[in-house]
Amino acid sequence: MNRLHTPALVRGMTQPRTRRDAFRLAGLSAAGLALAACGVQGQKAAPAKPDAVKDYWAKQKKNGKVVFANWPEYMPEDHGPLKKFQQETGISYEYKEVINENAEFFGKADPVLRAGQSLGYDIVVMTNGIQLQHMIELGYAVALDQTKMPNFQANAGAKYKERSYDPGNVHTMPFASGVTGIAYNTKYVKDELTSIDALFDAKYEGRVGMMADAQEIANFGMIALGIDPEKSTEDDWKKAGEKLKAQREAGLVRKYYDQNYIDAVSKGDVWLTMAWSGDVFQRQLAGEPVKFYVPEEGGTIWTDNMLIPKGAANPVDAMALMDFFYKPEIAAELDEYIQFVTPVPAVQQLLKEKAGTATGEDKQALLDMAESPLMFPTEADYAKLRNYTKLTTAQEQVFNPIFQSITQA
Amino acid sequence: MRRLTPYLLALPSWMWLAIFLVVPLAAMASVSLQTGNVIDGFVMTFSVSNYGDAIGGYSTQLVRSLLYGGCATVAMLLIGYPVAYWIAFRGGSRKSVYLFLLLLPFFVSFVLRTISWGFLLADDGILFGTLKSWGLLPAGFHVLATAFAVVAGLTYNWLPFMILPIYVALERVDPRVVEAAQDLYATRGAAFRKVVLPLSLPGVFAGVLMTFVPATADPINAQVLGGTGNTMIGNIIQTEYLVNNDYPTASALSFTLMAVLLVGIFVYARVLGTENVLEAAAR
Repeated sequence: MNRLHTPALVRGMTQPRTRRDAFRLAGLSAAGLALAACGVQGQKAAPAKPDAVKDYWAKQKKNGKVVFANWPEYMPEDHGPLKKFQQETGISYEYKEVINENAEFFGKADPVLRAGQSLGYDIVVMTNGIQLQHMIELGYAVALDQTKMPNFQANAGAKYKERSYDPGNVHTMPFASGVTGIAYNTKYVKDELTSIDALFDAKYEGRVGMMADAQEIANFGMIALGIDPEKSTEDDWKKAGEKLKAQREAGLVRKYYDQNYIDAVSKGDVWLTMAWSGDVFQRQLAGEPVKFYVPEEGGTIWTDNMLIPKGAANPVDAMALMDFFYKPEIAAELDEYIQFVTPVPAVQQLLKEKAGTATGEDKQALLDMAESPLMFPTEADYAKLRNYTKLTTAQEQVFNPIFQSITQA
Repeated sequence: MRRLTPYLLALPSWMWLAIFLVVPLAAMASVSLQTGNVIDGFVMTFSVSNYGDAIGGYSTQLVRSLLYGGCATVAMLLIGYPVAYWIAFRGGSRKSVYLFLLLLPFFVSFVLRTISWGFLLADDGILFGTLKSWGLLPAGFHVLATAFAVVAGLTYNWLPFMILPIYVALERVDPRVVEAAQDLYATRGAAFRKVVLPLSLPGVFAGVLMTFVPATADPINAQVLGGTGNTMIGNIIQTEYLVNNDYPTASALSFTLMAVLLVGIFVYARVLGTENVLEAAAR
């Protein structure tokens, strides 16, 4: 997901740099030098031997602290779940909202990890997409200690234990899933929208927001043409490219957005836009006139995953925290705030129980959440949702230009 | 030893230049001629075609950037010169206060200021929302997501770098030479044209250099304030580096931009060069 120009980014840019950051910058430039004359070494990792993983974990010990790098608006503001973790385990945490976009994050992390240096984070969160694939392929994701995930084994839903992009949960554990659909501002759009065609409707000339991310926008172009992105071919990409190009040339699109689409639609700069489910629910809770729907033609589902980057200083503590999120009461507390799809199905029951004891508006809000098909999709709901295209590096070099020539004309 | 001393004293700055300018540039030049991808690595193949492909693929954005940068520079000059003139000649004892006020917004991060413009200029925001509710503007009116917004953003963000050098040049103008011109029956306009303006040209020259280059290369304004057809070359370079991890194309584009700017500056210096500036001042 692209999350640029969010308050957290702004905060990051306005806060003074620490000395560690300066070292990291120096590391980045050193890595830049490594790119020099003789070319850049490939880093494709050979699959780790099981013994090597065991050896690695045998050498690590609990350090009593963990640094968690996550996306903005992905943790209750009071850090409730993290504070409980600290109380229960005595491990102190540092929480950083530094990831705004997968591609950009990978672009910045790659030279540092390539140079064999540490990012300074023990856990990072990335969406199942090209960049996560790269992280795993390049050996940047530490193979997890399978013996240290009891809560995950006990409580994660079946779908979240068997993910096509990380079979056997070797490198990642899911943090939350979400749906890409369409949001619209009810102040300007009076009709009840149900179709993806609304994004291509001449009625909304200059008031449509699309996402800048190549995969996201490609998916919607393909879904509008009745193509399943997961099974798409190069020809399909070109057709989708044509459709999206026509949409731009007709003057329908106001802008190709990163994370800031959500401000644009709630202010009314755009009237309808591609959107991520949880973002819209958070705005609804804040009383803004936005509505979210999954087009009847289909939407996409994605999963954000936690992983331990190579060179992390506190991997044992990181394992403990990652597994901690699978305690149902912790997952419930988290999901009540972020309102995406939780990998822990028991949360639905917990929210219902909590609604039973709550009163008034809170009760209704909790009931709405517990019954929302976008937070707890049924099998039928999942059937409507499409997965991302899986791309090889060679395919990526064809895929990206098709869609970037539209978003970056 | 004595003869070596000045060189030794200059050594730190040479080292600085070597480490932070020459070496990275050499590394980038090398990368721009390599081929490969981020997974398998990049190898040196001396493929000059990287440049052709990069320029051919992104000529629109390159030309657009120069155009936006140029427009913003002209706008800054038109806005900045009178401000610098006013502070230098009418500022009186409060000059430093005015200069401080000029710089005050720049204590806030560049990105944050640009995003704030996004809020101020929102279609139904504080400004346009109010004007629209009074019926002074049509409902569909918008400034965000246009070329105008991008150029205005660029103009705003580098304005002080235009004003300050011009101010410094004007500050040095001796008021007595203006009086002398007037004693020789020059009108106020003629005195400005023939005396003050030529004397301030070195400031204008420096101001244009300090603003045109960063404004042309900037990606932030286009990203925050622009719309669908306002992508600048800085955005493309950023995408190539960070999203596509296509380091060769990104490096080739960076070099191309640098070359275009250097040639532009060279031509500009020849036309309005430092010598000519001094001559103009002497006339």
